[in-house]
Amino acid sequence: MAPLLEVRNLRKTYARHDEPGRRVVLDDLSLSVSSGDVVCLIGSSGSGKSTLLRCLDLLEPIDDGVIEFRGREISDPAVDPRVVRRDIGMVFQAYNLFPHLSVLDNCTLAPRKVHGLSPAAAREKARDLLARFGLDEHVDKHPDRLSGGQQQRVALVRALCTDPALLLLDEITAALDPELVGEVLDIVRSLADAGTTMVLATHEMGFAREVASHVCFLDGGRIVEEGTPAQVLGTPEQARTREFLRRVLPQA
Amino acid sequence: MSTGAPAADWRPSERELARRRTRSRQRRHRVVVASAATVVVIGVLGAALVLSPGWPRVRATFLDLHHARESLPSIVDGFWLNVRMFLIAEPLILVLGLALALLRQAQSAWLVPLRGLAVLYTDVVRGIPTLLLVFLFVFGMPALGLEGIPTSIFFWATVALVVSYSAYVAEVFRSGIESVHPSQLASAEALALSRAQTMRHVVVPQAVRRVVPPLLNDFVSLQKDTALVASVGLFDALFAAADYGNFNFNFTPYVVAALFFIAMTVPLARLCDVLARRLARRERAGGL
Repeated sequence: MAPLLEVRNLRKTYARHDEPGRRVVLDDLSLSVSSGDVVCLIGSSGSGKSTLLRCLDLLEPIDDGVIEFRGREISDPAVDPRVVRRDIGMVFQAYNLFPHLSVLDNCTLAPRKVHGLSPAAAREKARDLLARFGLDEHVDKHPDRLSGGQQQRVALVRALCTDPALLLLDEITAALDPELVGEVLDIVRSLADAGTTMVLATHEMGFAREVASHVCFLDGGRIVEEGTPAQVLGTPEQARTREFLRRVLPQA
Repeated sequence: MSTGAPAADWRPSERELARRRTRSRQRRHRVVVASAATVVVIGVLGAALVLSPGWPRVRATFLDLHHARESLPSIVDGFWLNVRMFLIAEPLILVLGLALALLRQAQSAWLVPLRGLAVLYTDVVRGIPTLLLVFLFVFGMPALGLEGIPTSIFFWATVALVVSYSAYVAEVFRSGIESVHPSQLASAEALALSRAQTMRHVVVPQAVRRVVPPLLNDFVSLQKDTALVASVGLFDALFAAADYGNFNFNFTPYVVAALFFIAMTVPLARLCDVLARRLARRERAGGL
């Protein structure tokens, strides 16, 4: 079966604002994600994890390479990014909820305006999902009244309300304190169990080991090592992977 | 972070080159569409103007090159007065407006009466038409007959503009100050900065950046409102144009004066756009 998402030789650079030349953020990177996969991207800050996710959602123009989604090249300039994003959900580190809308309105905005659901249908679906993730009492509140963990769960629901074929999660627990990380990861775990295809950047190694079907270690904009969680996190072959894991897993 | 790997050893792939060709084709397509749309819009507007029944008369009375050339020197002289008034009034308005805005935010017990005055000032002044303020100051202040008060019309007209616009600008600054997130105040307090230091080093710099566009709006408006002084007999660009027009039964000088005002406001607007863009780029570089 053809993979759901296929990235080949992706290159991304940013202009340096203090000096000439360009900084290479993603360098000849290739990645393949099949339906039902849970791909965890690990690596230190600046290794290119977030940029990769942003490129996949076409939020950043790429410098070279090919991104294919459902067998179609979406890095083609003739492709309308909005059509692609209808089927891809993205959750950000800082939640990025709309502060002027209630929780429910945050979750129904795209289903109503982009996917053409009737307001009643969109509301019903959002209430359903919010209830499933323990947010039913917060439906009519505004995001700023909620805790970080609750906000991030709402952000996840907002992304799920459009039935995405692929979910991109960009360090969604990095801004949360440890107590709240669990409640967000529980949702991701249940989504993984339900067969949701996900690509997630994370610093939670234990979580990656548990839910990932595939772990990629990024360094310097390249995938240095990839494989099953047991391989990459348990018996890494590359010196750089071992060094990184030594730093993030002091007990190992 | 990948700082090594110079871009020199990288050659764009065939696919990337094809994409670039597609992008430049899309760009060309947009340019063609934009140009065509512009030509059509301007053509239709121009045709509507030129084909209207009164066009020959309008051209003769408003767009006469001879009269434009004849009236130019006195309009230039008059316009210099507008420019001077604007240049004097603008810095004063900025200072007074910011002071009023800060006064409204002041927490010190000593400043409470001034805070009330600042509210009253903005409420009253904003409620009075600028032209009326000009009349009140130019005719009213000298009439008080106080010793040592200047009687110059230019002086009092400038004061009227400063008073009027400082009230608007104060509100602009205030909205900027209030838009700075409370967490910024908290972190400044946590560093043990005083209230004044917090304002000076944390809040006002952020506020000012945010309000540059509305401030500019007020200044463009001020540049034009310097023409209000024509109504109290000051020989500015508008008065010069009216003077010439009434004497020669030709309104071309009005158009000339309008062009002068446009020529002054447009570069300022573009400059502010550039400054705002540069600031935004620097603060958001690499960020989300």
